[in-house]
Amino acid sequence: MIVELGHYALVLALALSIAGAVLPLYGALAGDRRLMGIAAPVSIALFVFVAASFAALTHAYLVSDFSVRNVVENSHSMKPLIFKISGVWGNHEGSMLLWVLILALFGALVAAFGNNLPMRLKALVLAVQSAIGTAFLLFILTTSNPFLRLVPAPVEGNDLNPVLQDIGLAIHPPLLYLGYVGCSISFAFAIAALIDGRIDAAWARWVRPWTLTAWIFLTLGIAMGSYWAYYELGWGGWWFWDPVENASFMPWLAATALLHSAVVMEKRDALKVWTILLAILTFSLSLLGTFLVRSGVLTSVHAFATDPTRGIFILVILCLFIGGSFSLFALRAGTLAQGGLFAPISREGSLVLNNLLLTAACATVLVGTLYPLALEALTGEKISVGAPFFDMTFGPLMVPLLIAVPFGPFLAWKRGDLLAACQRLFAAFAAVLLTIGVGLFFAGPSKALTFFGIALAVWLLVGSLSEFAFRIKLFRAPLAESFRRARGLPRAAFGMTLAHCGLGLTVLGIIVSTTWNTETITTMKPGESVTIGSRIVTLDGFLPVSGGTYTGTAARFTVREGGTTVATLAPEKRLYQVQNMPTTESAIHSFGLSQLYISLGDVKADGTTVVRIYYKVMILLIWLGAIVMALGGALSLSDRRLRVGAPKPARASAAVPAE
Amino acid sequence: MRRLFAALFLVLSLMPAFAVQPDEVLPDPVLEARARSLSAELRCLICQSQSIDDSDATIARDLRILIRERLKAGDSDAAVKAFLVDRYGEYVLLRPTFAWHTLLLWAAAPLVLIIGAALSFGLFRRRRAAEPAALTVEEQRRVEALLARDD
Repeated sequence: MIVELGHYALVLALALSIAGAVLPLYGALAGDRRLMGIAAPVSIALFVFVAASFAALTHAYLVSDFSVRNVVENSHSMKPLIFKISGVWGNHEGSMLLWVLILALFGALVAAFGNNLPMRLKALVLAVQSAIGTAFLLFILTTSNPFLRLVPAPVEGNDLNPVLQDIGLAIHPPLLYLGYVGCSISFAFAIAALIDGRIDAAWARWVRPWTLTAWIFLTLGIAMGSYWAYYELGWGGWWFWDPVENASFMPWLAATALLHSAVVMEKRDALKVWTILLAILTFSLSLLGTFLVRSGVLTSVHAFATDPTRGIFILVILCLFIGGSFSLFALRAGTLAQGGLFAPISREGSLVLNNLLLTAACATVLVGTLYPLALEALTGEKISVGAPFFDMTFGPLMVPLLIAVPFGPFLAWKRGDLLAACQRLFAAFAAVLLTIGVGLFFAGPSKALTFFGIALAVWLLVGSLSEFAFRIKLFRAPLAESFRRARGLPRAAFGMTLAHCGLGLTVLGIIVSTTWNTETITTMKPGESVTIGSRIVTLDGFLPVSGGTYTGTAARFTVREGGTTVATLAPEKRLYQVQNMPTTESAIHSFGLSQLYISLGDVKADGTTVVRIYYKVMILLIWLGAIVMALGGALSLSDRRLRVGAPKPARASAAVPAE
Repeated sequence: MRRLFAALFLVLSLMPAFAVQPDEVLPDPVLEARARSLSAELRCLICQSQSIDDSDATIARDLRILIRERLKAGDSDAAVKAFLVDRYGEYVLLRPTFAWHTLLLWAAAPLVLIIGAALSFGLFRRRRAAEPAALTVEEQRRVEALLARDD
């Protein structure tokens, strides 16, 4: 019964989304205030119904209702509770439902907190949001219904794919979807501006927090996915330039560009047309990512051709929204007034450079991902585009971008002074020279490239902090004065410094961990030891483990340093019995920012096993940097200027001094 | 991550990950390092965009052993690649060759950069055109007169 209610709620949600798309749009065009007024309540109701539907599916998973096909295919009564819940979106149908849930959530948030938006703009934004909802609800109901019953109901389910039975599945997809789908809001704002033919700095002030929100989640989602792959897959890689990873990375690159161009638009009323285009591009890339992942086109062009229903449906959605928005853009972009003027060497100019390089990087990832598919479809020729290609094309675009980052904030709006910026960056220049000098002296010219990379990270870190120090007059004024200035800085300034430092940390982690990564592949018997740097790793023995739907063997390793035990690790080999699938669970121990990583091969009857031991120097910096970036974003988001519902800053702050 | 996603989205069956086995490793570290970096550039033909260095499929293992045999026989890296391309086609290379059919692939980023740079250049030209013209001598004198009066 609950399942049918969930299904019914989804159908009602579809009806609501159609109403929410058509009526406010008509109202906005015809100037009917009543019709515009229904946009907000409809958006909130839409969220309530999709949430009810999602709750019904979750309930079916919780009680292991094996009369529902989706539950049978992806669950098992013995599965731990957390994986029963995360299993809801660990499959095609459920993950699409999560997608729509988050879409409706964002729409409802705009509806609930958008009281200070002009009525027309709000109605148009919500109408676009509902239109996207209509398309995906239709997709779910016609091709991917999670509520289909199975008669007769089996006694037990087929269990969830063992690789997905991990805390990563509980966190990664929701975060990533919050990011993906969050881009829909800036898209909706862009379309609304095009329909309206009007766009101003207030528009940018509205778009920025939403883009920032999506960007924070996208950053965390990608980082989380990368860490999950790192510990789950057992060979210590953390980024593979796989098409599915690229699908999430492209919107991130575009959203990063959008964040920066929105700053120019808000502060200087310039780059309007480009910002609109970027907002459309960002969400288009999110849709493209959904298509790539959902249609099966990635496994092979032929897999897509044999069962094309879902793929074609998403392709149609893709063409409709991307084609429609670009046509609208082509029609209306000319009517948008051009804004503020600026010299090439200026804050705006540096942000244009940022956008140029990020867009080119995004283009190379896009073409690299789609080219093999297109070539095969057109000529039948098969080529592969993998990590070596992306390393070669993406890297060279990032180097000038990273070099430029610290300069940007030192340049004034409209017309900047590059020489003055260089002078203010003297500490960063000194740190770079010191890094390269020390590297060449101790490690020799063979590691020159590595130290160039480290110097780049140091440049980013010291350069970003220099700007902060300059703003608070650190060492140029009494400390109390600097402290007072730091307190007076807007949070967005802290946020920028933090985010740029986070980028520096990630770069440092990538360079250091790839250079000084050690890998030991060997066969071991209980009692044997290997030496990893200054540590001795001993295989003590094996013990049986079991839990949920698996049984397996854990190997116990003791790590000693100078005679004392510093860590014990227990990597496992598991056999998931329902799916009859073996998996390896690596064991990781962190020493500061570095990690010791052990994974097991097959265990033979006499107790010998193949063991892979990695020592990854400072690898945690890669993800720590991403978290710092996201924190910077969050801090910037909390800036009162962007805070929703803070429309009158000057007087409000006088009345409420405790800020 | 590809396996994870493959599992997440495409539900392929997987095997536990284990690429290079201890018995494959060459005693000569220089040769082994060459073999490893070559392996990272070659595709496991039956996997979803995985290099043979990462893959545990039988064919990947066969290819890893084959590469090491060719290297021991004294082949250069390029010769090993050419040998594999002869056998399996260009599909085996994870970094496509630069040729007519891959021109757009390689040229995409430079093209975007050039077009983007040209557009931004237009932005600045427009600025110069829109900048007010310098004051004439007459106007300059009037400005000075007005300023003097303010004092």
